[in-house]
Amino acid sequence: MNALIYLIPIAVGLGLLGLVAFLWSLKADQYEDLEGAAWRAIMDDDQEPG
Amino acid sequence: MSEQAVARDWSAYMRPTETNASEIDLAVDGIHCAACIARIERGVGMLDGVERARLNFTSHRLTVAWDPDKQEPEQFLKTLKSLGYEARPFDPNRQRSQSDPESRRLMRAIAVSGFAGMNVMLLSISVWSGNVSDMLPETRAFFHWISAIIAIPATLYAGRPFFSSAWSALTSRFLNMDVPIAIGVLLALALSIYQTIHHARHVYFDSALMLLFFLLVGRFLDHSMRGRVRVHAENIAALRSEVATIIGEAGKLIERPLSKVALGDRLFVRPGDRIPLDGDVVSGQSEIDQSLVTGETQLAQISAGSPVYAGTLNGTGALTLTVTAEAGQTVLDEVNRLLETATQTRSRYVRLADRAAALYAPLVHAAALLTCIGWLLIDAGWERSLIIAISVLIITCPCALGLAVPAVQVVTSGRLFQHGILLNSGDAVEKLAAVDVIVFDKTGTLTRPSAEVINLEAVPDDVVVKAARLAGASRHPLSLALSQSLEDFVSDDPSDTALDTYPDVSEVTGRGVEYKGEGAVMRLGHPAFCDLEGEAQAIAERYPNASLIAFRHGEDAAVFAIEQQLRSDAIETIRTLKQRGYELMILSGDRQQPVDSVAAQLGIETRAFGLDPKEKVDWLERLKREGRTPLMVGDGLNDAAALAAAHVSLSPVTATDLAQTSSDAVFLGERLEPVLHALSVAINARHAMNQNIALAVLYNIIAVPIAVLGFVTPLIAALAMSGSSLVVTANALRLRWKR
Repeated sequence: MNALIYLIPIAVGLGLLGLVAFLWSLKADQYEDLEGAAWRAIMDDDQEPG
Repeated sequence: MSEQAVARDWSAYMRPTETNASEIDLAVDGIHCAACIARIERGVGMLDGVERARLNFTSHRLTVAWDPDKQEPEQFLKTLKSLGYEARPFDPNRQRSQSDPESRRLMRAIAVSGFAGMNVMLLSISVWSGNVSDMLPETRAFFHWISAIIAIPATLYAGRPFFSSAWSALTSRFLNMDVPIAIGVLLALALSIYQTIHHARHVYFDSALMLLFFLLVGRFLDHSMRGRVRVHAENIAALRSEVATIIGEAGKLIERPLSKVALGDRLFVRPGDRIPLDGDVVSGQSEIDQSLVTGETQLAQISAGSPVYAGTLNGTGALTLTVTAEAGQTVLDEVNRLLETATQTRSRYVRLADRAAALYAPLVHAAALLTCIGWLLIDAGWERSLIIAISVLIITCPCALGLAVPAVQVVTSGRLFQHGILLNSGDAVEKLAAVDVIVFDKTGTLTRPSAEVINLEAVPDDVVVKAARLAGASRHPLSLALSQSLEDFVSDDPSDTALDTYPDVSEVTGRGVEYKGEGAVMRLGHPAFCDLEGEAQAIAERYPNASLIAFRHGEDAAVFAIEQQLRSDAIETIRTLKQRGYELMILSGDRQQPVDSVAAQLGIETRAFGLDPKEKVDWLERLKREGRTPLMVGDGLNDAAALAAAHVSLSPVTATDLAQTSSDAVFLGERLEPVLHALSVAINARHAMNQNIALAVLYNIIAVPIAVLGFVTPLIAALAMSGSSLVVTANALRLRWKR
């Protein structure tokens, strides 16, 4: 049972990390244009528009 | 003066950024695929001085940051135009949804409650399984304390949307759904803290958090669906150019957003433009198409001294006006006053969810109280009695009831959006489902927003083409309608100039236009101007409601009858509405003749004509007094008050601003069919809402006795709550696949 002393903080800490990452992405405007972001991923940046 | 170029007052649209540059938002029309993103961003981004051009594909808005010393913003529009996109700047004063703080708040609350809920659940599962195996009481207490440390701040943070709404409802002596939610969550939290301190077996931290999580997701979806509709509506407004041309110093013309125009400013209105604000004519002569304002289809003659109203369409003459009312109060005082009283009476409507809450909250709280008293009477002791009473409140916690209506609302507004119906108000769906009478305005609602030639087949094609090419040179409303008929002849080859407007057409004031070329003189205008009075007489007898315009080119001559046509599917839609048992009526501001002929074509018996805004409101009030629930469909300024007075209202997207803002929903497109869709989708939605409420009640009927008898454990609470929420949500999603 002694393992719980550090396992639980690790579990909660990992969860917190996820929460902080989400809050950061929200602050960085990553949810402003969900449709556009999906398309941008497959756009060729080095090609001139034809 | 009409030749003079107009400078747009760009400073009204710009806002400074942190890096000393300027930023502007443009609504871009015509974006349809992902390739547009790259084309637009590169095209504008390559211009001199542009720091950043970013297109939001979801909202179809382009944000440009640039150095105003190096580049004129006019160039952005030109570049977009050359790429094939129409764009318009946003007036920052009218734009509300740039970045939506409410949706961010909700997302943060969802994240916090989700994170905390999952961690607490992890600990709870160990406790639940430990309770039946060999967990030591010390370990259980340790787990409870950790849960408490996570859950207390998370619940208080994530519950804020509900707490504040419940508080404001209570302070205004009113019960909404958030009151029982807030009470339930806070009690669950308080009881759990008490149990933790006393090393008891059961705590309800996970229930409180999961409840918040489910409800927040529902609320967020509802909010974002409405946000999507609002963004769309704002884009339409920007593309419809809410600007006025001001005559500045030294006669310079400046285009400015309406919100920046002041009382007493001089406005210049070009022939064929819409009058942007109420004003008095200072100079110029013209005829005005008031159909959008009064429903009157005949043109009105105006000259210096006449008052003109926002939303009316200027005819052939350029006008100078002084503004007598600013944006936001552009209408006849009467319409405004009527609108105010109508809106007040209407806000008394209580939403279904709140009605359910008003019944539900006292009932549940009384049940909890009785439970407490009952347990005290059989001598269970204060502590045990209170705990059981609170567990009754927790298990009846209105998770399913709280989601019952919003879940349906989200699915429904998505479906309506697909049908081209944008909801303005949150309760529109519920109200649409109750409609039994439909009241239509005529002009622009049953008929198309613009007039068309109705006797084209009687005229040879080559004459139509010649007349329409000549008509293109005039801004007269009738010419505009005539030149529209060229659309049937357009070839696919864009270099084909056979249909272009004739060059060098001269205007004969008050009579028409003429063109000297291709042999004889070509004339278009008043029948007398073309020596066609006899023919005009005959045509006028055949089409008594039509306005006439004549054309002559040597022996080729024709008189065109121009009238507002019914929407292409009006007859079928009206027939279907009748079959479904709706009572239909027309209330119009137009004269008797045209109203009668439209009513006869559509087979609508009840009709009234020549009504002013007040009389329209009276009609609707009378209907409501008789216990009917009228739906009003209208577009004009004269309909605005009636739209607000009706139980629920719809307007086409071509309607005046005021009509759109006073109606519950706006529909897009040329067809009348959306009215039908709105009603049938709303009825389905109402069914689903009732089913959901019934499901929630059923859940309570099963769960409450268990709680009253004191058998509720956190495991049962968690299962019951999640189960009922999922059932309700799934029932709402079923609508999505329904025909």
